[in-house]
Amino acid sequence: MSTYVGNAADAPKFQVAAKRLVRDTQLRHNVRHATGVIRKKRAIVVDEMPDWHELRESGHEIKQHVMRHLDFYLEQFEKACTAAGGTVHWARDADEANGIIVGLVQAHQAKEVIKVKTMTSDEIRLNVALEAAGITPYETDLADLIVQLGEDKPSHIVVPALHRNRMEIRRIFLDKMNLSELSDKPEDLAAAARVYLREKFLRVPVAISGANFAIANSGSVCVVESEGNGRMCISLPRVLISLVGIEKIIPTFQDLEVFLQTLPRSATGERMNPYNSIWTGVTPDDGPQEFHVVLLDNGRTKVLGDREARETLDCIRCGACLNACPVYRQTGGHAYGSVYAGPIGAILTPQLQSMEHSQTLPYASSLCGACYEVCPVKINIPEILVHLRGKVVERGDGPFVERMAMKAAAYALESPERLDRARKLGRIAQVPFTKDGIISHLPGGLDAWTAVRDLPAIPQESFREWWVKRERQTGL
Amino acid sequence: MMQRFLEVYRGAEVICIPSSSCVAMIRDHYPKMAAASGDVALKRAVKNMLPRVYEFTELLVDKLGVTDVGAFFPHTVALHPSCHSLRSLHLGDRPARLLASVRGLTLVDLPAAQECCGFGGTFAVKNADVSEAMLSDKVRCFLNSGAEICTAVDNSCLMHIGGALSRQRAGVRVLHLAEILASRDSKGTV
Repeated sequence: MSTYVGNAADAPKFQVAAKRLVRDTQLRHNVRHATGVIRKKRAIVVDEMPDWHELRESGHEIKQHVMRHLDFYLEQFEKACTAAGGTVHWARDADEANGIIVGLVQAHQAKEVIKVKTMTSDEIRLNVALEAAGITPYETDLADLIVQLGEDKPSHIVVPALHRNRMEIRRIFLDKMNLSELSDKPEDLAAAARVYLREKFLRVPVAISGANFAIANSGSVCVVESEGNGRMCISLPRVLISLVGIEKIIPTFQDLEVFLQTLPRSATGERMNPYNSIWTGVTPDDGPQEFHVVLLDNGRTKVLGDREARETLDCIRCGACLNACPVYRQTGGHAYGSVYAGPIGAILTPQLQSMEHSQTLPYASSLCGACYEVCPVKINIPEILVHLRGKVVERGDGPFVERMAMKAAAYALESPERLDRARKLGRIAQVPFTKDGIISHLPGGLDAWTAVRDLPAIPQESFREWWVKRERQTGL
Repeated sequence: MMQRFLEVYRGAEVICIPSSSCVAMIRDHYPKMAAASGDVALKRAVKNMLPRVYEFTELLVDKLGVTDVGAFFPHTVALHPSCHSLRSLHLGDRPARLLASVRGLTLVDLPAAQECCGFGGTFAVKNADVSEAMLSDKVRCFLNSGAEICTAVDNSCLMHIGGALSRQRAGVRVLHLAEILASRDSKGTV
């Protein structure tokens, strides 16, 4: 089996990538600005909802129900989709899915495909597989286009080019679209992209989409977007292929009532997405005449098997946890080494692929809880992070120094006598490092603390000692 | 350690903890750890103990019904609502109400108050660069607030924030909320 998540297996450790990224002042500025704008918009449209709490709860319940009966709903989807004229393919892993999709494109002798924003296709490295087969993929989502033309990687699951500002985007477009001049006004940049994409929409015969939701009882697929590029892709080409992670299933059309309220508000701070496309199978003489759905596992059933962490699959990819995360806002998405960044990426990536490649990710969080607070389906991300850290420790994969420190702490905290002895030992050991009650430099790994912060020395009298003395003096 | 904690505090009428992250550990994780152990007696012991566990400001405001403790502290103070106090314990305005009743004290708003300071336990060392970046944001907000003292109900955050203030010779400092409430006119100030 070849289950992988983009190039995450070869990515550097989070803390190594972050070290470099936090020094990139332009990136920090761009990410801080963009996440700030989205958070403010989100707060306004969430606070105006009297039933936000109930909507979150409903979303959570629907997803929990689906995950308990996923086998049933997947088969129901296959049956309904097939009955409506679609073809359903099952892919166990990334390579299988790529093989199916490349095969379908080749069956139509197509040399080009247009794509609607799909993070799942980045997860399976679909573009690499297509290019290897001599097929050119064109991203049609504006942000994806910026990333593709800039030979860059997405840094956010909803706003993949969030780390770029418009001056940088202007430069990319000028270089890659062969334009002689272009301003950095948003409307001019959008117009340039429109001209670049329009002829591809009209010419290319095969489109590839992802899915926000797949409706089991009708076999329908739903994609929400803001630019109309999705509507073009699902209506103009002759052949449409939708790559759908098996966790995208919802039981009925009515369940969209919940998610189409929570998703746009959480994702972009909009009350409703400008384009909500829902299609079912094939309609003669209208839209694509061939429709394929590729249902992808790629590690998802493994996640489902872990009771403590299966909530991870409830994610509707709104990205609110990224914008809320104080860690993500300092590093941007590239530090996570995966197409899935931020808090959700920190729990999803290590589970989808084997832990050893991404075991630094569960530690890429201060466990502040801001992600859980904004999650529209109430995924308890901090708890899952702790669970995954537990797995790293169980495997004995933690750093040696940390394991020793934890053992020493456990020993010292076992009894008041031991703690007392440890304190006395500490008072002696700290002498060479202490000046005026302050420690400004510690040796070894401990200098990670003192590099930028002082540490108060262990006081000569502890609270416990003061308490005992006080009791003696007052005769209590 | 959980078993030892249960044993030590078995007879205590009230367990007062001046650290919201410690309370969160007991409230959020002890029940799960006990359940995972499958030990019925342990589960019962945790269940019996939980109602007696109070975070420091919960004890004062909820159990004792006190917001004015007669403190005197003539300084400008900003309150950092630590993550666990905010999102796990939901302490709400309890710390602020206690501060509001302190004579001489001016409480100022801390910009972006609800942001994590970047401590996060071992996170501060394991991801030192990101932790420092978060800390630098918090310190900037605190300095912009114009306050002389940064207070909180968690000493761990304060050790982190205070460590940076000390290193930068910022001329302002941190104090735990309890230290402010303990200060009196007669005794002078902390």
